[in-house]
Amino acid sequence: MITLKINGLETTVEEGTTILEAAKFLGFPIPTLCHMEGLRSYGACRLCIVEIGEGTKTKIVSSCTYPVEEGLHVRTSSSRVMRARKMIIELLLASSPQSKTIQDIASEFNVKQQRFRQEHEDCILCGLCVRMCEEQMVAKAIGFRGRGENRSIGTPFDKQSEKCRLCGGCMYVCPVCSLRCTYTEPDKAICGGCGNHYVPCIEKEQFDDLMCYMEPCVECEISND
Amino acid sequence: MKESRLSSDTEEIVHKHDHELGGVIAMLEEIQSQHSYLPESALKTVATETGRSLVEIYGVATFYRYFSLKPRGEHLISVCLGTACHVRQGTMIAKELEDQLGIRAGETTPDQQFSLETVNCLGACARGPIVLVDGHYFSNVKKTQVSQILKKTLKGLDAIDVTKDPRVFPVKLRCPHCNHSLLDPNYLIDNHPTVRLTISFGEKHGWMRLSSLYGSYNIKSEYEIPLDTIVDTFCPHCHAELVGASACALCNAPMVPMAIYGGGLIQICSRRGCKSHIMDLANSICVNCDNRHTCKLIKPEKGVWYCEEYV
Repeated sequence: MITLKINGLETTVEEGTTILEAAKFLGFPIPTLCHMEGLRSYGACRLCIVEIGEGTKTKIVSSCTYPVEEGLHVRTSSSRVMRARKMIIELLLASSPQSKTIQDIASEFNVKQQRFRQEHEDCILCGLCVRMCEEQMVAKAIGFRGRGENRSIGTPFDKQSEKCRLCGGCMYVCPVCSLRCTYTEPDKAICGGCGNHYVPCIEKEQFDDLMCYMEPCVECEISND
Repeated sequence: MKESRLSSDTEEIVHKHDHELGGVIAMLEEIQSQHSYLPESALKTVATETGRSLVEIYGVATFYRYFSLKPRGEHLISVCLGTACHVRQGTMIAKELEDQLGIRAGETTPDQQFSLETVNCLGACARGPIVLVDGHYFSNVKKTQVSQILKKTLKGLDAIDVTKDPRVFPVKLRCPHCNHSLLDPNYLIDNHPTVRLTISFGEKHGWMRLSSLYGSYNIKSEYEIPLDTIVDTFCPHCHAELVGASACALCNAPMVPMAIYGGGLIQICSRRGCKSHIMDLANSICVNCDNRHTCKLIKPEKGVWYCEEYV
């Protein structure tokens, strides 16, 4: 058992627990995006950052990947953490403003505008779908491809994967495109499935190229019938 | 048939590296060196043989710039655009190459001769701008040299000049069975008499002539021998099959033995395209020569393995 202090509150947790789990146990809210129970921690979105250490020797770490240490001092919402977290939210907003999940997080932290060049990315590379496919669906149909700015998620050679069972798990967990594709005719679509304020899918010329790995899409099939 | 050979080759490569941690990269490297790129079918074979998912293999293959999923041309040109080469106008060299080849970086010319790519460092920053062609480095490249580099590449950077290179010399060969000379003075390759043999492969039966220059791989044959074919070789005089006890170290095909005048044995691989050969000189230096006492020829200090006396 390991004893540590979170926001001044002493707690004892089992070895191997992450800071995020310990903080949740105590009831301290830490926002997360790429973390999901049942999936391996990945530490991609950095929303769950906390400050560890004391005095001048503090540092920022992602709580979902940091295992607890004996006598660790953790602050989950110090001013430094809040500043950094708001910046991360702004960056997320800059890349994918259409995401309901990101919008919710932004409003929770009172981030009303962002200062970066506005993009409309289909993917924030959080890796939730990849881990879902691998760990829960045991399929490994999709994965990361390329590197750097060419990094993307998809099937090998952009062909329909033999491993894919069309379970839809990847779309279920996606914070950006969740239930995006609810209709086959974009102009007639009343896209409310994702709760987005506007319809990202009809603004794209190539409807097929959106991050939908399901071919044929179960949702679309249902709408067709 | 070609497809099945490709997959069995790939399987062999996979099993060679399968025990290694992170062997996937080694496998992909070897596959790429065989095919010049990573074919989709090979990636699938790697995935099934290693028990990994195709997407993992594909992830590795797309992560490293070294790997290419598209067929590359015969010659790969890499222009360095690292910091040092960049400030020394590496981009202009890249632009010039693009203009002269008529392709953009990352593309292959329609005739499948050249592939052009830019790389971020070739590790020779002091001598930039660097252009790497088929493993040959060109340093301090100027715009005016680009056309020369391309011309040289088309000629073959590995080619040696058989008339000038000191490593190339004529050998005189005879049949190890009947001792008749195999040389044919009426048919020249590389301006030297050729080694005449009778060969058969498949349904074909005809002559083959090899350059008698040691170090030259030029041959002529009555029938076109397809690459990778193993030919049966016979002496044109006694018609005995020239077959040795040993197998090629590179491709395991049988070796063809031929005796050298003055002693010694040359063995060449019987597979078309395989350049493996062995020269066995154990009995052919002067110390071992039966005529050494009567021989009046001038001998180099280290002894000769071949002398005019036996012509």
